[in-house]
Amino acid sequence: MTFQLQELPWLEAPPADFKSLCNALDASDAPDGAEIVGLATKALNTDQLTRLSKTIERARTKTKALSPLRGFHLGLLGNGTTCLFAPALAAGAARHGVLLRVTQADYDQVAQEALDASSTINAAKPDAVLLALDFHGLPFNSAGGNSSDQSALDYVGMIREGLERGAGVPVIFQTVACPPQPLFGSMDAQVSMSLRRQIQDFNDGLRELAAKRGDYILDVAALAESIGTQNWHNPVQWNLYKLPFAQTMVPIYVEYVGRLLGAIRGNARKCLVLDLDNTLWGGTIGDDGLEGIVLGQGDGVGEAFTEIQRTALQLRDRGVILAVSSKNTDEVARQPFREHPEMTLKLDHIAVFQANWSDKATNIEAIAKTLNIGLDSLVLLDDNPAERSQVRKALPMVAVPELPADPSLYARTLLNAGYFEAVTFSEEDRQRGDQYQANAQRAELSAKSRDMDEFLTSLGMTIEFHAFDAVNLGRIAQLINKTNQFNLTTRRYTHSEVETMSRSPDCLTFQIRLRDRFGDNGVIGVVIARKKDATFDIDTWLMSCRVLGRRVEEAIIAELVRHCRLNGVDTLEGSYLPTAKNGMVRDLYKKLGFAPAGGTDDQHVWKLDISEYNVPALPFEVIRDSAANA
Amino acid sequence: MTDEEIYSRLTPIFRDVFDDDTLTPHPEMTAAEVPAWDSLSNIRLVVAVEVEFKIQFSTGEVAALKNVGEFVNVIRQRASR
Repeated sequence: MTFQLQELPWLEAPPADFKSLCNALDASDAPDGAEIVGLATKALNTDQLTRLSKTIERARTKTKALSPLRGFHLGLLGNGTTCLFAPALAAGAARHGVLLRVTQADYDQVAQEALDASSTINAAKPDAVLLALDFHGLPFNSAGGNSSDQSALDYVGMIREGLERGAGVPVIFQTVACPPQPLFGSMDAQVSMSLRRQIQDFNDGLRELAAKRGDYILDVAALAESIGTQNWHNPVQWNLYKLPFAQTMVPIYVEYVGRLLGAIRGNARKCLVLDLDNTLWGGTIGDDGLEGIVLGQGDGVGEAFTEIQRTALQLRDRGVILAVSSKNTDEVARQPFREHPEMTLKLDHIAVFQANWSDKATNIEAIAKTLNIGLDSLVLLDDNPAERSQVRKALPMVAVPELPADPSLYARTLLNAGYFEAVTFSEEDRQRGDQYQANAQRAELSAKSRDMDEFLTSLGMTIEFHAFDAVNLGRIAQLINKTNQFNLTTRRYTHSEVETMSRSPDCLTFQIRLRDRFGDNGVIGVVIARKKDATFDIDTWLMSCRVLGRRVEEAIIAELVRHCRLNGVDTLEGSYLPTAKNGMVRDLYKKLGFAPAGGTDDQHVWKLDISEYNVPALPFEVIRDSAANA
Repeated sequence: MTDEEIYSRLTPIFRDVFDDDTLTPHPEMTAAEVPAWDSLSNIRLVVAVEVEFKIQFSTGEVAALKNVGEFVNVIRQRASR
């Protein structure tokens, strides 16, 4: 039982009629982008990749809209014979939702192309340039031994500067794979004249350079390491044809380029849907029971399942949402999560838990809907070939990796399939799992609740009204300047204007926060009201659309009325200034019981008579500044 | 391995590499005869043959090839080892 990364084992074999399917696409007047993606999402060899890339190129020139593919123009600069893998790149990119166009430089023209502002690459102004250099094409010095790594980095730095001046686009730097030819033996990495040491230092420097400039890394060094550098480098092919890596590695190389371009275009997957029986544990919970399933320490097979659970949890920690889809009775399926001592995954880690007897495709659609993400953001991990096949057929946009028979290889297969390729990683990614989970739980609760009031009450909401304060001025100004939809007047104010209003005795300001039992939504609304004689005029009222349907609007009016009464004001006045984007609040004042009070087409004016207003029963606990209680 | 067997396994490789379903390799065939047979597709051909017959050509062997017949000779020798 082996795993051969270069054979793309997570992909199905191509259909026997692959060539005629390509021919049919060529003959079509309106080739289908989804069909191209389907053909690309197979374990294609180099000839097949090249064949499909030709079809993609024909389709690209024939029709502009090849949805769902998104365009990318890549400049390709490399030493050695890049034109052996370049014609296969488009198919690898299509697998990751990218419609690729490649502009190639002539053979071995790296420095000239980069430094000449009118060169092919610079003049083409592609979306990014892939700098595909291997160790042959870099000035590593095996004789001198004095800080020679610096010169290779200097060379790349010079190329980078040239491309910056000439094309002004991001660069994808390729790390360098070390050839399997030690000079000293085990001591190699300790000696600065060895190629191993120089390449290590060079790759480190490259990563620093990319991070500093906002460029990207294509980690060929890591890829070659996984495959084995003795398989990656083929000296016969280098000597005969100047191939920078073995020709049999073309499929995995273009897959790596494809997934990186996909990630740059925002096509990486977001959610891992897990099957349960024989995917997260050995055996069937419904038949074998809690004591019968195989999981955990002391049993080789059990440890394999622990490993896949640990992998899922690591993915969650980096921002991938976890969901469960299993043909099971819900209560039975949840039992191991609650009671089995060896479970690494807990119910808390799962954003959506779908265990029932409906077909998988239906459940997977429900998961996407609950999380409010596209089906093309999902990956299904399932040991059962029949289920995999049903889901692929019904929902081709869902990624469904092939799995080997041995669960010890599940984690390796999943992690090498590149579904969750990232080009950035932030604190927000870390927290995404929790946030989606909170949203999904709210949605679940909403579906379960008999009516809306019951749902809102069960949320246990706390609404907070605070005057603008120095700490949050930045956030408040940001909301004032970017909120378009739920924004009654769309008046924009600078940071210092907001600060002035926060100190004015005639201005009533609210920053509104909302918490519920699933989490803190942060600042979700901003109100500025100006006192004019016996009237409070609502100058600005905006809200985050995330909290629509929670009766927050009514709570805000109730709070404004409260202030009117405290200040002896008898009228609350509000205006609606129509824009192209704020149609959703056109009738807001009407719905809240205001009466029309004239105005113009550009400014609808509404009034509320405070003496006639009765505070409704609202599903919030209210917290306010102590000063406002006066 | 008989030459007949070698040719029958070569035919689909030629058709895939040169993307031409009318090709049938024969001993006197040279690159001049096949429009798509250039230095790049030649590399793909050699690699596809290596994969198919589970052999590795040496640097000298590949450099010396003149036509399909010589190619088949090398395959026969290498595959029988």
